[in-house]
Amino acid sequence: MKKLLIALVAFLPSLVFASGAAIHLDKANYDLTDKASLQNGAKLFMNYCSACHSTAHQRYQRVATDLGIPDQLMKDNLIFTNSKIGELMKNSMDKKDAAKWFGNAPLDLTLEARLRGPDWIYTYLRSFYKDPNRPFGVNNVVFKDVGMPHVLEELQGIPTAIIETHVDEQGVEHHTVVGLESSGTGEMSSDEYDRAVLDLVNFLVYSGEPNKLERQSLGFWVIGFLIILFVLSYLLKKEYWRDIH
Amino acid sequence: MLKKLVMDGIDWIDTRIPMTETWNKHLAQYPTPVNFNFWYFFGSLAMLVLVNQLLTGIWLTMHYNPSAEGAFASIEYIMRDVPYGWLLRYMHSTGASAFFVVIYLHMFRGLIYGSYQKPRELIWIFGMLIFLVLMAEAFMGYLLPWGQMSFWGAQVIISLFGAIPVIGDDLTLWIRGDYVISGATLNRFFALHVVALPLALVALVFLHIVALHEVGSNNPDGVEIKQKKGSASEEAKGKFTFHKQYSGKKDIIDAIPFHPYFTVKDIMGVSAFLICFAAVIFFIPEGGGFFLEPPNFEAANGLKTPAHIAPVWYYTPYYAILRAIPDKLIGVVFFGGSIAILFLLPWLDRCKVKSIRYRSWIHKLNITQFIICFIVLGVLGALPATPLYTLIAQIASVGYFGFFIALFLYSKNEKTKPLPTRLTH
Repeated sequence: MKKLLIALVAFLPSLVFASGAAIHLDKANYDLTDKASLQNGAKLFMNYCSACHSTAHQRYQRVATDLGIPDQLMKDNLIFTNSKIGELMKNSMDKKDAAKWFGNAPLDLTLEARLRGPDWIYTYLRSFYKDPNRPFGVNNVVFKDVGMPHVLEELQGIPTAIIETHVDEQGVEHHTVVGLESSGTGEMSSDEYDRAVLDLVNFLVYSGEPNKLERQSLGFWVIGFLIILFVLSYLLKKEYWRDIH
Repeated sequence: MLKKLVMDGIDWIDTRIPMTETWNKHLAQYPTPVNFNFWYFFGSLAMLVLVNQLLTGIWLTMHYNPSAEGAFASIEYIMRDVPYGWLLRYMHSTGASAFFVVIYLHMFRGLIYGSYQKPRELIWIFGMLIFLVLMAEAFMGYLLPWGQMSFWGAQVIISLFGAIPVIGDDLTLWIRGDYVISGATLNRFFALHVVALPLALVALVFLHIVALHEVGSNNPDGVEIKQKKGSASEEAKGKFTFHKQYSGKKDIIDAIPFHPYFTVKDIMGVSAFLICFAAVIFFIPEGGGFFLEPPNFEAANGLKTPAHIAPVWYYTPYYAILRAIPDKLIGVVFFGGSIAILFLLPWLDRCKVKSIRYRSWIHKLNITQFIICFIVLGVLGALPATPLYTLIAQIASVGYFGFFIALFLYSKNEKTKPLPTRLTH
C-alpha cells in the first residue's frame, strides 16, 4: 500500500505532463435565458443520451418547472422510465452490465458541464469521426479512443477525419487529425447540428446548476443592499469619529 | 416607566452575573490605540467568518449525509432540493477560503508591526494554534463533499504521515481507520469537522482574546499605550474613562474606548468585506476553480486518479516546500517545520522595537523577500511540478526559512530609528 502511494505521489508530475497537451476547444455560446434552446436540449438529451446517461441529481419536476414544460407534456414525452414526475432522473441501465458493454459504466451527466466545462462538451460532441479500428466504428478528436458510440450519428452522419502523417527523427509515424469532413448522411446540415449540440450543452449547463440565474439575480440585490449599508456605515463612523480627529 | 423597568432588569442580572462589568471591561471602557489602520480590520472579520462557518455549517449538517454512498448526492440534494441550500453551501465553501484570506492578512499585520513580541507571545501562540486547527478543520471539511479531489487530496496528504519512520504505516492506518480512504475515514472526519475541531477553535479564539485584553493591543507604531502611573500628562490621557482594571495601575495614553469607536469602524469594515464576499458567492462561487475545484464535481472514485492533484490554494505554499525536497521524509520534516517555525517567531525576533516603521532597512528587506517567497510558493504549489518550477520552489523555500534565520541573527543588534513618545495619527 505504502509503495503504491509513494509511486502515486512520484508519478503525479508525469501524469500532469501527459495530460498537458492542449486540445483546441470551440467556444459554446450558450444562453441560459433561452427557454426554447433549453427545451430542445432537454428533448435531445432525453432522446439520445438518457438511455445510457442519467442526470440522477436532478428531478423531472424541476426540469419541467424551470424550462416551462407542462407536467403532462413532460410525463408523456420526456419520461421514458416508469418514474413519477417528482423522482430523480435515473435510468434503468444496470451498472455492471454497462461496464461489460462499454468498458466503463456511462457517467452520470448532471454535473458534466461543471466538471469538463461547456466548451469541452460542445467540441466533443462535434468531434466524432469514422474509425473502423474501434469497437463502435468511431473515434473522437477530443477524447481519444472513447468507449461510446456516436449517438447523434442520425443527426450528423459520421464525418471522416483528415489525417496528417509525419515521421519523426526516430522514423516513427505520427498521425494527427487536422480536420473533419462531413459524410452528408445526417438529417441536419452542419449549422443545424452545431445549433442542436449547443442546445444540448445549454441543457447540461442548466443541469449542472439549476439555480444559476436565480443566484445571479439575487446577487445584484444583495450587493446593492450592501453598498447602501457600506455608505451608511461610513457616514456613521465619520460622525462618531468627529470628536477624535 | 419603561426605562425604570429596563434599569431594574439590568440590576437584577448584574447582581447575579457581571454583565455590565464585562461589557465595560471589554468594550465600552476597553482602551484601544487611536491609530489603528486598515490592517486592524481583519481580527473582527475573522470572527465574522468564524460565525458564518458555524451557522452555515449547522444548517448544512441538517441535510448532509456522512457516508461514502450518500455524501456526494446529499451535497447535490442541498444544492437543488433544499430551499436556499445552494446559498448555504456557497457561503460555507466561500467562507473557508475567506477565512484563510482574512487570517493570512491578520498574521501579516502581526508580522509587520511586531504584535508577537513581548509581552504578546501568548497571543501569538494562541493565534498560531487557531491557524493550525483551522488548517485541520479545512482539510477534514474538504473530504466531506466526497468528490474526486476530496478523495485524492486526502489520500496524498494522509500518505505523508507514512513517511515517518517506524510508526508511519500504523499511523496512517489509524488516521484513515481503513487501508484506503473510505467511509470510515469520511465518518471520523465528519465528527472531527463538525464537533471536535470547531469546539477547539472557539475555545482558542476565546483564549486569544483573553490574552489580548490582558496586555492590550499593539498598534502600527509599536509604542505601548500603557505607561507608568503618574507619568503621562492630562492631554495625553485624553477625555475618556477606562475601566479601572486598565487605568488603575497604569496611565493610558492615546487610547479611545473600543465601543462605540471601533464597533462603528468595524461595521464599516464588515460591510466592505461582505460586498467582496457576496460578489464571490453570487457571481463566481467556484472562484475560478480555486474555491471549488472542477474535479470535485465528480464523485470520489478510488480506481481513477485525477490528472492533476493539487491542494486547495491556502495550503499550496507548504505543499510547494514539501515537493521542492526530493526526499519524502525530509520533505515532510520541512513541510511541518514551515508551520512550526512560525510558533517560535516571538523568540527569533530579538529586537526591542516592534513596528516595521522604526526598524532597519534589513528588516524591511527581509519581510519583503519573505512575502514574495510565500506568494511564489503559493503559486507553484498549485501548478504541476516541472524541473524549472522545482528549482524556483527550492530557492523560495530557502527564502522562507532564511527569513527566520536572518531575523534571529540581525535582530539583536539591529539599527533602529528612535521611537516616538506618542502615537502618530
